[in-house]
Amino acid sequence: MATATQSVPGRARTFLHGVRGGDQIAYLVTFLFAASVVLITVLLVFELWTKSGLAIHKFGFSFLRTSTWDPVNDQFGALPFIYGTIVTSVLGLIISVPLGVGAAIFLSELAPPRLSNTLTFLVELLAAVPSVIFGVLGFFALVPLMRDHVQPALISAFGWSPVFKGPAYGVGVLTASMVLAIMMFPYIISISREALIQVPREQKEAALALGATRWEATWDAVVPFARLGIVGSVFLSLARALGETMAVTMVIGNDPKINSSILAPGYTIASVIANEFTEATSDLHLAALVELGLVLFLITMILNGLGQLLLLVTTKPGSAKS
Amino acid sequence: MRSTVLIAVILAMAFPAAYAAETINAAGATFPAPIYQKWFQEYRASHGDVQINYQSIGSGGGIRQLTAGTVDFGASDMPMTDEQIGKITSFKVLHFPTVLGGLVPTYNIQGVSGELKFSPETLAGIFLGRITKWNDSALKRDNPGVNLPGADITVVHRSDGSGTTFVWTDYLSKVSGEWKSKVGAGTAVNWPVGLGGKGNEGVAGQVKQTPNSIGYVELIYAAQNNMPYGVVKNQAGVFVKASFDSVTAAAAGAAKNMPADFRVSITNAPGKTAYPISSFTWLLIPDKIGDATKRETIKAFLKWMLTTGQNDTASMSYASLPAPVVAKEMKQIAEIK
Repeated sequence: MATATQSVPGRARTFLHGVRGGDQIAYLVTFLFAASVVLITVLLVFELWTKSGLAIHKFGFSFLRTSTWDPVNDQFGALPFIYGTIVTSVLGLIISVPLGVGAAIFLSELAPPRLSNTLTFLVELLAAVPSVIFGVLGFFALVPLMRDHVQPALISAFGWSPVFKGPAYGVGVLTASMVLAIMMFPYIISISREALIQVPREQKEAALALGATRWEATWDAVVPFARLGIVGSVFLSLARALGETMAVTMVIGNDPKINSSILAPGYTIASVIANEFTEATSDLHLAALVELGLVLFLITMILNGLGQLLLLVTTKPGSAKS
Repeated sequence: MRSTVLIAVILAMAFPAAYAAETINAAGATFPAPIYQKWFQEYRASHGDVQINYQSIGSGGGIRQLTAGTVDFGASDMPMTDEQIGKITSFKVLHFPTVLGGLVPTYNIQGVSGELKFSPETLAGIFLGRITKWNDSALKRDNPGVNLPGADITVVHRSDGSGTTFVWTDYLSKVSGEWKSKVGAGTAVNWPVGLGGKGNEGVAGQVKQTPNSIGYVELIYAAQNNMPYGVVKNQAGVFVKASFDSVTAAAAGAAKNMPADFRVSITNAPGKTAYPISSFTWLLIPDKIGDATKRETIKAFLKWMLTTGQNDTASMSYASLPAPVVAKEMKQIAEIK
């Protein structure tokens, strides 16, 4: 036994070196690991496609265009969910990107090291909080605040515009966006900060040597250099927001209607799947829910594609070389 | 040597069932899950090693798993439809009512602390969005002397598909022609108005937080959380408060016309003392069970559940089955072969 166990690795080593070479083996193995990502994605789309076949066949493209979601009469239209998903995610980004990037700049460039370390630790702690906790906090803390103070103030100031029409329910699209913004916040800070720290010191020192103030050096020399990382953080959090389920469903009001007002209740794709999947009794209902999953997958891909395009278009000569 | 031990350990971990004399798997409704868990535990304690695993995955999931043959029996808050039954070819599904539950309208109206009275038309009107103010003449007529505010009504309903929603919408369909034609009954429906809350706790939380709102929750949930809930006018024209007795009375009222297969909705049941928004919940048992030990175990459990088991209902906050229904179910057990 003992001799056998000793000789096996020895033989294997000669095999690795002699026949293929260690590099090639490593290449092959890591390639297979990378390929599994593609495989999983393809399988996912295939499964979603076949499982939703009934709904795709019955409704065709009208599934994406119509707004009636009526499980009793087997009528399914996805538009209100698509609308709710995109609006809450984009609104969430609008709120959290300036805050997150601003905080990251402070932590990496301006804050004294001890403060920066403490705050960074807290941010990473926040990023690890499960989303349902944010939902509960949103439901018990944010919703009453929105109903009693924020929404009435918005209605009295901007009530003339259809975007801020009442009544103030507390729950709604804006509340969901704010919970999403709070959830995206630590992601954006954490990744943007990493990107900013990676910027070579010379970049900043050169700007300072040219007579720039501390803020000018940061904003004009350091931030553009780190833009790829910052944009990356934004897309990562956007993906998180698009697929967020529990936190959103607790504060959005779950009403599948398209309303011009961001104070009105809405619904998102991930929420309706989570809500109705267990008790979907008809086959068509189940298929429609799976098709919604497919739609969510497509939305995520399209938005990510648009982001890459945006990055490509704006990284022209003259802007930072990163 | 060592590897033999290892294999034995792995096998033991992979098949813990091998140690129990009999393992039965079931899945379905969440509403009766607490009492089912208690029953299965008690039954195991008193009848040797009979392990019944129950996954409370929802009525729809229970029916699907039963159809797919991945569980020994299912459980549902609503009877299976003819279409669902038609999909199962290898056996016939027998419905066994187990316990009863009631639903109550719960509300939060500023300045109103007492018990409100609701007639069926009013409830349907509110949930259809026809009645939009608390001081609507229909509400005032049923509640003379109550100082109802002129505030807008905020309707709260369940956002998750649930047997609770099925019972509520089934009731509204029976009492309102407009509801039946416009919305209908189902575990999830196209609500004309209102906000959606997830689960009993979601609806209850939303109602508690939103001034001048109304929603529906299970009676046990409202009672345990000291929420105000309304009395509802029944088919006989009497305003009845929901309680174990009035819910059981609804089942007794419906028992006279009980179909042989127990697939019956007892919402809007006849009888002066019957609470109108009540429902059975069912176990779905195949009529052919190939494995003889399994078959006898399930039959013995059903007998125990209909007799000894019914004593647990009050302590677990469910209403118990009326005696005539129990007698009919006892006869149905013989159909399992």
